[in-house]
Amino acid sequence: MSDFETVAATENQAARRGPSGEPGAPDQVGVPRKPRSLAGDAWRDLRRKPIFWISLFLVVLVAAMAAVPALFTANDPRDCVLSRQHAGPSGGAIFGYDFQGCDTYARAVYGARASLLVGALSALFTGLIALTVGMLAGYFGRWVDALLSRVIDIVLGIPLLLAAIVLLKRVSTSSDNVRLFAVIFVLAVLGWTTAARVVRSSVITAKGQDYVAAARMLGAGNGRIMWRHILPNALAPAIVVLTIALGSFIAAEATLSFLGIGLKAPTISWGIDIDAGRVHMREAATPLVVPSAFLALTVLAFIMLGDAIRDAFDPKLR
Amino acid sequence: MLRFILRRLLQMVLAFFGTTLIVYALMFAGQGDPIQALAGERPVTAAQRAYLTEKFHLDATGVGGFFYRYFDYLKNLLQGDLGQSLTGRQIGDILAAAWPVTVKLALIAMAVTIVFGVTAGVIAGIRRAGIFDNATLVLTLLVLGIPTIVLAPLAQYLLGVRWQLFPPTAGADPDLYALLLPGIVLGSLSLATALRLTRTSVAENLRADYVRTARSKGLVKRRIVGVHVLRNSLIPVVTFLGVELGNLMSGAIITEGVFNIPGVGFNLFRGIRTEDGPLVVGIVSVLVVVYLVSNLVVDVLYAVLDPRIRYE
Repeated sequence: MSDFETVAATENQAARRGPSGEPGAPDQVGVPRKPRSLAGDAWRDLRRKPIFWISLFLVVLVAAMAAVPALFTANDPRDCVLSRQHAGPSGGAIFGYDFQGCDTYARAVYGARASLLVGALSALFTGLIALTVGMLAGYFGRWVDALLSRVIDIVLGIPLLLAAIVLLKRVSTSSDNVRLFAVIFVLAVLGWTTAARVVRSSVITAKGQDYVAAARMLGAGNGRIMWRHILPNALAPAIVVLTIALGSFIAAEATLSFLGIGLKAPTISWGIDIDAGRVHMREAATPLVVPSAFLALTVLAFIMLGDAIRDAFDPKLR
Repeated sequence: MLRFILRRLLQMVLAFFGTTLIVYALMFAGQGDPIQALAGERPVTAAQRAYLTEKFHLDATGVGGFFYRYFDYLKNLLQGDLGQSLTGRQIGDILAAAWPVTVKLALIAMAVTIVFGVTAGVIAGIRRAGIFDNATLVLTLLVLGIPTIVLAPLAQYLLGVRWQLFPPTAGADPDLYALLLPGIVLGSLSLATALRLTRTSVAENLRADYVRTARSKGLVKRRIVGVHVLRNSLIPVVTFLGVELGNLMSGAIITEGVFNIPGVGFNLFRGIRTEDGPLVVGIVSVLVVVYLVSNLVVDVLYAVLDPRIRYE
């Protein structure tokens, strides 16, 4: 690893610290300076990026909204009175009321839960499928790889929205929870291919490393090598891809709900509210604009977060 | 090359069977009593029931019967016989009326993408890390991150209703002006991707050896960029645009629905809203075929255009 030595040699002297912490101390013999890991480098990079902190803040905010919506609004989103139709802001309803006389802001806050639930669970299942398929294809190679890669190609060839329409039409009359899990299922089943390719390629890279050969010489079986040695290396790129995918899953859920085949009332979802607000946009615009802004900011936050982490992990961009 | 085309064709056939099988299994196989559904409220005599069962092989249960009826559906699909919607119109007629509108909209979106996306991409690629470059990067990130269900209604509200620059909806027989705003909204996503693709490609090619050679020969910059760089940089962009044309035709459900454009996507949108099962299945089946074929054409085009790419 001559790269490491050159990096260490050209590093600023002030950054070197002796055991007692004084700057500029010479390297101690027998106390080797700990080389920074890839993740450590990435973290140093990320810390200085405002876009990382902004998107992280938004993600945490939306997660808090999904977990405890009552923290953000005192109003009940299901407390709708027709006499308040399109009424202006009053009380806790800072954005006024929508066509049905519900609090626009409260509905937007409570809508975070369905979106994040669908996004996170779809990303989780996507990750599980992608890790399994990518690991098997990358580790065993040969006919396993050939077979699984063709499956990936075929699933990649299926248009997501069209397939989702057909799959979800089947459960259009089922109960709320069934529909929620149907949406998650559809997004996971159709959305795992990109992540699986990423995992496969990082498994192939890790497989050829010396430490894998060492582990095998020590008598480790396939299962142990895959679980203990290769998985930790394949995980980081997969998580980056899944963060971006989480954003697009949230957008997909809203789109399906907007079309009327995803979630349905009384479940509160931004997609449903955008559709409802769209119909009455000539009378009042806030019921359209508020859920739109919530949805767009959430999706953007996840995409920007994933983008920033990916850039930080890419040594070519340093 | 021939081997690649053959393999790609085989893959497409598999994807075609896979998708249509899912569509069929979900829409038809699980339904209740199709004969009673055909007759509605009226009683069905034993003779009629026996005749229909015989005709459509409904008595054959299990795998054999299922696949018989599946291939029946495939045969009809390939012959262009899509059946009737619940309103009694031939789905083929609905599609025939809707296609020209959708193609027109897709072409407008494509023109917007090429004119703005590729031009801005070339400028950003030449002036890399400048103000223009950074501004376009942020803008494209915004466009890529904002879903169509936000972009389309907001554009309709702001530009159509509030400031009245464009007609907010298109209506029965839309002219070019009415389709312009939906075209921009539809094209914005591919515009952002095309811009980023062009930018990276141009910036990369500007560092290539042949550019250095051209510069040392004393060629003017306009010629280097216009002839040498642009030609090589546009290969990935052209293929991307090919994929997008297929996507635009099958992916305009939201845009056409929001702006009331009587195209294919709008009919699908309405079919979903009115629970018109046959209409949805018919349109989805056709759109899947369009999508698969356009992907195949582009993949082959890619191999033809770029001699560095060889599929083995």
